[in-house]
Amino acid sequence: MDIGGLVAAAKSADVGGAAPYIIFIAAIFTNNILLSNFLGMCSFLAISRQIRASFGLGMAVTFVLTMTSTINWLLNHYVLVPLEVEYLRFITFIIVIAALVQFVEIVIERFSPALYFALGIFLPLITVNCAILGVCLFMVIRSYTFAQAIGYGIGSGLGWTLAIVAIAGIRNKLRFSNVPEPLQGVGITMILAGLMAFAFMGFAGMVDIK
Amino acid sequence: MADRVVAKPALLKWFKGKSGAAMLEQVWVENPIFRQILGICSALAVTNLLRNTLIMCAALIFVNVCANMIISALRDFTPRRTRMITQVLVIATFVIIVDLVIKAFAYEASKQMGAYVGLIITNCIIMGRAEAFASRNTVGLTFWDALGSGLGYSVVLIAIALMREPLGFGTLLGVRIMPAGFVEWQLMVLPPGAFIGLGLFIWIGRAIAPEKVEEAAK
Repeated sequence: MDIGGLVAAAKSADVGGAAPYIIFIAAIFTNNILLSNFLGMCSFLAISRQIRASFGLGMAVTFVLTMTSTINWLLNHYVLVPLEVEYLRFITFIIVIAALVQFVEIVIERFSPALYFALGIFLPLITVNCAILGVCLFMVIRSYTFAQAIGYGIGSGLGWTLAIVAIAGIRNKLRFSNVPEPLQGVGITMILAGLMAFAFMGFAGMVDIK
Repeated sequence: MADRVVAKPALLKWFKGKSGAAMLEQVWVENPIFRQILGICSALAVTNLLRNTLIMCAALIFVNVCANMIISALRDFTPRRTRMITQVLVIATFVIIVDLVIKAFAYEASKQMGAYVGLIITNCIIMGRAEAFASRNTVGLTFWDALGSGLGYSVVLIAIALMREPLGFGTLLGVRIMPAGFVEWQLMVLPPGAFIGLGLFIWIGRAIAPEKVEEAAK
């Protein structure tokens, strides 16, 4: 195995020809944003104590991811690249994410108070969730087409939700186990996530986006 | 000899002083990784190669120190409502600088690290220190605090890389150090190794480092 490494190879894999639905499936199972790219760990560790809250946050992330990957793809393709100011990508993406989260919050509060109460508290957290910025950056680095980018955005959101809800379920059971004191909380959750990442590697041959 | 006798208490005194204490607290007592659990994404992603880890640590310390000093200098002029976006913009500016520098001088590493250099923007350590320290302390004190949290992050990352690279690739900084018959643990290179490795380091860190406040993280 070359020093460049499996991980690096998987991350910069050329996916030029893959159909959007293949990328969608791959983003959920084989290239799960949380378990294979380590993105969104902070809110993952903070929220994954309850299944309900995890699911709420997961849905909010999926929603924001779908919208940001669409808008940022269009911005990158039609504004940043033609003007040759790709180095402004980080600033552009983060402003779009922050503005969009704020906007979504206002709209939901105005039109659907019930949904706002369900998602509301999680929305501000999402601006600094690295999964959102990460997906936008990966989609540029891997030069996805528009349809591929949307598939990747939705798939990543659902994959993240799947991982966080599954871990929350395990953590619920863990309350009755005798975990050494310094390992309690975050430590054991990391090891659980490691075992789950191991399990998800079993999906590896299912879809191949290389 | 006389020098040493004088120098030692002076250094000790400095560490007990305000700036030294602020730094030391961040490195050890309130370590960002194993106590505050911040900046985990990059801690997991880049630690399979020591070289990438060192670049990442240098980049983070640079961005953390510069961005937090600017945020601290602007703390009286930033309206409360817009302070998040101001902080993010300051951080993003320094990340762009770092990204261009790494692309220019370590292209191979920048390709391997991919999006993770850009993801320094959302590294919670920087935002966390900006919010908790820089926005209400002087520029000088902020420098030591930011340096301390950067160093605390680096210490843990380098320790993890020192475990993952030899076990996963049999090398250290690209030089083979394991005996010829050693079979590489591929698991250490792959994501599960990162999670389990960091989990163990959190365990060790929490068991040996002194505790400041009891956090309800269960």
